[in-house]
Amino acid sequence: MNKIDKPVSLDASADEWQRNYDKMIGQDRTIKNRSGIEVKPLYWPQEDTDGSYGDKVGFPGSDPMTRGIYPTMHRGRTWSQRQLIGLGRPADFNERIKSILKSGASALSIIPCNSVYRGLDCDEVEPEILGTCGTILNTVDDMDVSLKDIPIGELSIGLNDPNPFTMLAQMLIVAENRGIGWDKITGTSNQSDYISHFVANHMFYRLSLPGARRVQMDTIAYLAEHVPNWNALSIVGQHMQQAGATPAQAMGLTLSTAIQYANDCIERGMDPDVFLERFTFFFDISISFFEEVAKFRAGRRIWNNLVVERFGVTNPRAKRFKFHAQTSGLDLTRQQPLNNIARVTAQAMAGIFGGLQSMHTDGYDEVLSTPSPDSAKIAISTQNILKHEAHLCDVADPLGGSYYVEELTDAMEAEILKVIAQVDAQGGMYKAVENGFVQQMIGASALEYQDQVDNGEQIIVGVNAYQEVEDASARPVLKRPPPEHMQDQVKHLKKVKAARDPDALAKGLQDLRDAARSDDINVFGAELDAVRAGATLSEIVEVLRDELGFGMPLVVA
Amino acid sequence: MTEVLNMPARVLVTKIGLDGHDRGSRIIAAYLRDAGMEVIYTNPWQKIDAVVALAMEEDVDVIGISSLATDHLLVPKLMKALAEAELGHVRVVVGGIVPDEDEADLLAAGVSEVFHPGAMREEIVSSVEGFAAEATNARPQD
Repeated sequence: MNKIDKPVSLDASADEWQRNYDKMIGQDRTIKNRSGIEVKPLYWPQEDTDGSYGDKVGFPGSDPMTRGIYPTMHRGRTWSQRQLIGLGRPADFNERIKSILKSGASALSIIPCNSVYRGLDCDEVEPEILGTCGTILNTVDDMDVSLKDIPIGELSIGLNDPNPFTMLAQMLIVAENRGIGWDKITGTSNQSDYISHFVANHMFYRLSLPGARRVQMDTIAYLAEHVPNWNALSIVGQHMQQAGATPAQAMGLTLSTAIQYANDCIERGMDPDVFLERFTFFFDISISFFEEVAKFRAGRRIWNNLVVERFGVTNPRAKRFKFHAQTSGLDLTRQQPLNNIARVTAQAMAGIFGGLQSMHTDGYDEVLSTPSPDSAKIAISTQNILKHEAHLCDVADPLGGSYYVEELTDAMEAEILKVIAQVDAQGGMYKAVENGFVQQMIGASALEYQDQVDNGEQIIVGVNAYQEVEDASARPVLKRPPPEHMQDQVKHLKKVKAARDPDALAKGLQDLRDAARSDDINVFGAELDAVRAGATLSEIVEVLRDELGFGMPLVVA
Repeated sequence: MTEVLNMPARVLVTKIGLDGHDRGSRIIAAYLRDAGMEVIYTNPWQKIDAVVALAMEEDVDVIGISSLATDHLLVPKLMKALAEAELGHVRVVVGGIVPDEDEADLLAAGVSEVFHPGAMREEIVSSVEGFAAEATNARPQD
């Protein structure tokens, strides 16, 4: 910090922010509150008394980015409302997503069936659990039906698509078949962070650690060249926090993961000023309101400084800490479930004040079952109410400058940096998950938090305090896809498989195998060819597991 | 006989099916271990046959199945497989996101208890201890 003797004016920095703001906002609107007072887009102190404001807080869109990555923040463009949707057959998904888009969602997200995460086609899964959590996406045909009449070149699309990214491959072939150029395809591979899958939320874990690393790097390189507006990498702190990491640990471990991927890209000869523009992050928002706000502000500041110090970044766009966040399902209770709407509201507010770019709010019934369509609508409405009725988007970083929030941001920064240093000492994130260091850290925190709930130190309304006798019949009734839908889907897959050209298919799969064996052929490029030739999810994963290995994640109990 | 009665309860904590969220199962394993039980803990995604084989090999009293995303629907198949393997004395408990309608089905299939989010440590530990004692008594005598 530059200690200074007498207060300095912030006028020059404020002018610079104003110029950038004007440029970005285009036509600004005057906003007045109910008392007729004009609401400015940003508030800041008259002067910087000791140099710390400029160093540590600053203005949105400028170093050190504590107050947000854009000069306009949510007044210019609100966050994307990205709800996770996926149910049953591709046609069911298609119907549901059309209604969600109508109700105000501005981006779409696809959640496949858990069988897809395991790399299994629908004809390889116990029928009881098929299609109960997400959509079955085994072939290009499934993807085409899912996205029927959806303008995929005009929407930002989030795919919950773990390594080796078969859903992305299917979607690119659908675009190709519809004559949509790959440069028009925008969005993010949401479950691309294989390190987080190895450590936590093993649901998405499909290939061995080194195998996943290989496919990841090939995919990043391929997309940089052919699908320039796709974010190949979303680094996920959400899983680690859901698995038990504290908010500070989750942020530290996520940044350490990002450092690992950046180093891997650099080793491959890629330029950080280019590839870092496409890095995005995905976090959990717990109900610990101020802690979450401070977590996001501190993480953004650390990343902004870190990419310069470690990677010599000079491109301002490569420093942007863009993130999606999801309200934490872990805070929701089965007891008095409607209370969860209030919890989600508090969580969402923390995310908004933390400066997120994209958000998913949980349905209140997620703790009872897969969310119902009605609860998903309430979740979206919650975001719209916060935006339009509570006016949370009018001012950038409205909590900035609060004694509490600024000091907490500094303290969280120190905690986060401590975690990053611990991981560095292990030799980086890849090594720290290989040897179980990270898993131990998360496991210990999960138990510590559970102890606080068990001994009543952390009050949870309806669980360890304010309990009520409840009428279970008041809970929403669960609708599962009818079993005959799934039988239809299995039959349909059989038909699609039978219609393929066997020679083209065999060649596609053999070429994929050869690519995996060779160091010089891009695996994702070969995978696209195989998918184009009709290869199913399971066929692709099988070949890659054969060649690159499938290991169980390291589980520490 | 007294020696047998003093043996700590043996509990297999596992996940079947497709999901991999394991915070719940890790916490339960720690609860039971802290309470003095012998806990056998596995990776997620176990096949039913594998769970039955492990239950036999480890001579467990109780199997705890953790489920977050509908994998509990496979538990009736597990109950059947346990009976076929002459492990009818082994008690099965399920914990996680289990809708009310499904809970009734699981209990009807022979599951001893279903724990929902918010279940407290003492409740879980004392139930499992009780079931383990009952399983020991119901064990076929060789």
